[in-house]
Amino acid sequence: MIRSLTLLIPCLFLFACNSESQVDKATREGILLLGNSSDPKSFDPQIVSGVLESNILRSLFEGVVQFDQKDDLEAPPGAALEVIPDETFTVWTVKLRPDAKWSDGVPVTAEDFAFSYERFLTPELGAKYAEMLYFLKGAEAFNKGETDDFSTVGIDVIDPLTFKITLRGPTTFFKQLLKHYTWYPVPKHAVLKHGTISQMGNPWSKPENLVGNGPFRIKSYRRTDHIEVERNPYYWDAENVILNGIRFIPIGNPYTEARMFRDGQLHVTYTAAPDVVDLMEKENPSMLRKEPYFGTDFYRFNTTRKPFDDVRVRRALSLAIDRQSLCDNVYRGYTPAYGISVPVGGYDPPKGIVRYDPEEARKLLAEAGYPGGEGFPRVKILTSSREATQPTAVQALWREALGIEVEIEFKEWTAYLAATQNLEYDIVGAGWIGDFIDPLTFLEIWSAGNGNNNTGWSSEEFAGYLEKSFAATDPAKRFEFLRSAERVVLEEVPIAPIAWRAKNYLIHPSVKGWDPVLLDCHPYTSVSLVPQKSDK
Amino acid sequence: MLKLLASRFLQGLLTLFVLITLTFFLVRAMPGSPYTEEKAIPEHALARMKAYTGMDKPLPVQYAKYLQNLVVDQDLGDLIRKPGVEVSEVIRDSFPVSMFLGLASMGIALVVGIPAGVIAAVKKNSPTDFACLAFAMVGICLPSFVIGPLLAVFAGLQFESLNVAGWSSPTDWILPAITLGLINAAYLARLSRGGMLDVLSQDYIRTAKAKGVPGQKIIIRHALRGGLIPAVAFIGPAFASMISGSFVIETIFQIPGMGQHFVNAATDREFFLIQGLVLFYGFLIVGANLLADLAQIALNPRLR
Repeated sequence: MIRSLTLLIPCLFLFACNSESQVDKATREGILLLGNSSDPKSFDPQIVSGVLESNILRSLFEGVVQFDQKDDLEAPPGAALEVIPDETFTVWTVKLRPDAKWSDGVPVTAEDFAFSYERFLTPELGAKYAEMLYFLKGAEAFNKGETDDFSTVGIDVIDPLTFKITLRGPTTFFKQLLKHYTWYPVPKHAVLKHGTISQMGNPWSKPENLVGNGPFRIKSYRRTDHIEVERNPYYWDAENVILNGIRFIPIGNPYTEARMFRDGQLHVTYTAAPDVVDLMEKENPSMLRKEPYFGTDFYRFNTTRKPFDDVRVRRALSLAIDRQSLCDNVYRGYTPAYGISVPVGGYDPPKGIVRYDPEEARKLLAEAGYPGGEGFPRVKILTSSREATQPTAVQALWREALGIEVEIEFKEWTAYLAATQNLEYDIVGAGWIGDFIDPLTFLEIWSAGNGNNNTGWSSEEFAGYLEKSFAATDPAKRFEFLRSAERVVLEEVPIAPIAWRAKNYLIHPSVKGWDPVLLDCHPYTSVSLVPQKSDK
Repeated sequence: MLKLLASRFLQGLLTLFVLITLTFFLVRAMPGSPYTEEKAIPEHALARMKAYTGMDKPLPVQYAKYLQNLVVDQDLGDLIRKPGVEVSEVIRDSFPVSMFLGLASMGIALVVGIPAGVIAAVKKNSPTDFACLAFAMVGICLPSFVIGPLLAVFAGLQFESLNVAGWSSPTDWILPAITLGLINAAYLARLSRGGMLDVLSQDYIRTAKAKGVPGQKIIIRHALRGGLIPAVAFIGPAFASMISGSFVIETIFQIPGMGQHFVNAATDREFFLIQGLVLFYGFLIVGANLLADLAQIALNPRLR
């Protein structure tokens, strides 16, 4: 047996003996190797709703404006030459590039955009993220089937290269919204070639049929193995695209991903688990990135259940959380949150409400009828199996500060989501990553009936401020209204914000032009690969 | 013989029917649905989506429709979260990978496990026997999620020609096949050792020895045939499970096989995919058991 093994193994090694790592080879060939978590649900920008899909879509499609390499607030022109608002920021005129083409050579026209928005909002398509277009005048009514006349929606084609977007009200941050993939165009000719406008599962977006207007196009796809994109020769700025291609690798296990990175199989990882962060900090800090990310971690309280129907209890629990200690000991690179919205572009959540004050917490809990935690019901923190250490830390903090015992209940992801949405929980740990750079993306969640609220809480005062912000044409004034709205949420504590997220990942030194950006949406057109002397 | 085969075949069909019926209703009893997303889907869109997959209908109607599609059109249905992707497409893409890996692991399991068991039995209570037994115990006790990453770190990171994970270079099957193979080799070693020990104490072996038949010939010609029966009975179902992929191995080594779909389909509530995979796996098990029965008949004349 031993003899046969000793013979077999050297033979296998001889089979493929090459000293160049995959990263070396890919760097030489200009192919970026990216870890991308999981297999995409679709390549249709109007069907998907996830971060990993958006990473791929950014290479295949382009909106009227794009992401900037460094500045989160910038919106450099993409498929359009200009996007011009009127003085009320309600009507926006988009002038497309005459040289913008689809990846099959057909010109990108205003008609494509109008068609895209019509398709996305058509009720029969059942697009789950159509809400992102509700900023358009008449979009909500059309999408909910209250009218079947698309001309009521604020899209007007002026000429083949110009269209006008009429919004439901002043929207000063509209360019930020336009960067989101839900506003990307889909090719009218290709969609209709393979099916109808409202057809679910229309095969136009199958990898072999897909036509996009982005800097890259699909080269090969193997389910749960890779998606490789190559340069799109029809892209208007093709000559300035540096990379020759990108290989997205759906690696679900962060430890497998870290091993692949260390073995020279990846340029950039999707994530870095806390222990990987610790290890890399010791071994190779130059390849570790811990960057601010546009996301917040928080706890929801079920305000329809006792004792969380009492705002004093919710406030007490929130005040008893030592966020600094959590960030120092449990999270890696996260910052303690004092608001639900991540501060950005001049917006800062009201300070002083979310804080660590165990004294005040004990007082509030006593007022609510639980002095020293006495008689406090044994409630549970619901958590998905993806997060384990954080609820344990919070459990300990509450025991210490308030003398209450809480249990931790694990559920697998879908069961956890179902329990959250059916309000079958006491306290639930959650997080949200903003869709666009504006505090609204974090605040609108707490409106009554929002698919993300799941606390049983609503407030007319909050809704009033939000409504006022929708009408404001002055950005500073608008932020004032949003801050007032946020103050209502923070004071009534349907949720306790914990930490603003960091994006922790590993990056190979050969990758250039990959700068920290809040949404982690890096424009691939500015990325380049420079060979290193010693690459492994 | 033919009667036996026919009866096994009919039993197999019945098994598959029960299996698919149970799966159909059990997966729908889980909390949540394929439409459970981080942000709840608005009611009006949800209604359209359910109408598209027929999930707006009562359960018995859905079940009847599913059986009809299955039997009449041989259609396993589409993925719910990935509209336009067929279940059969997923199986077709991933099964060859799992099958290749399964065959390679089976090869390793057979080449390592059976000789180890046989040698251990022949040299009973010797250091070789203890070494083989120790190897088998380690193989059985150490789960693949321990062996896999250890192999990946020690072999994959050390040898330039081996990748720690992936399925693109011609050597990528080696580490996962060893991981998967060693576990089964351990079982096989124990089973074949036990089987051989039973046979070696039989009268006919003693007779052969008394007649002066050489030791090697006794083992190969007379003992192996009976001694391997427990191992062969194990190989059938083990083979079916190896070629249908392993979630753990595929996650550790980033392999586009079928095993990960079993787990991901369950957590995603991809009802049609779970049903399709269970049916396919059931089919493999039934088939492999049938083959194992045939092999046992060939080895054991008393069964004929």
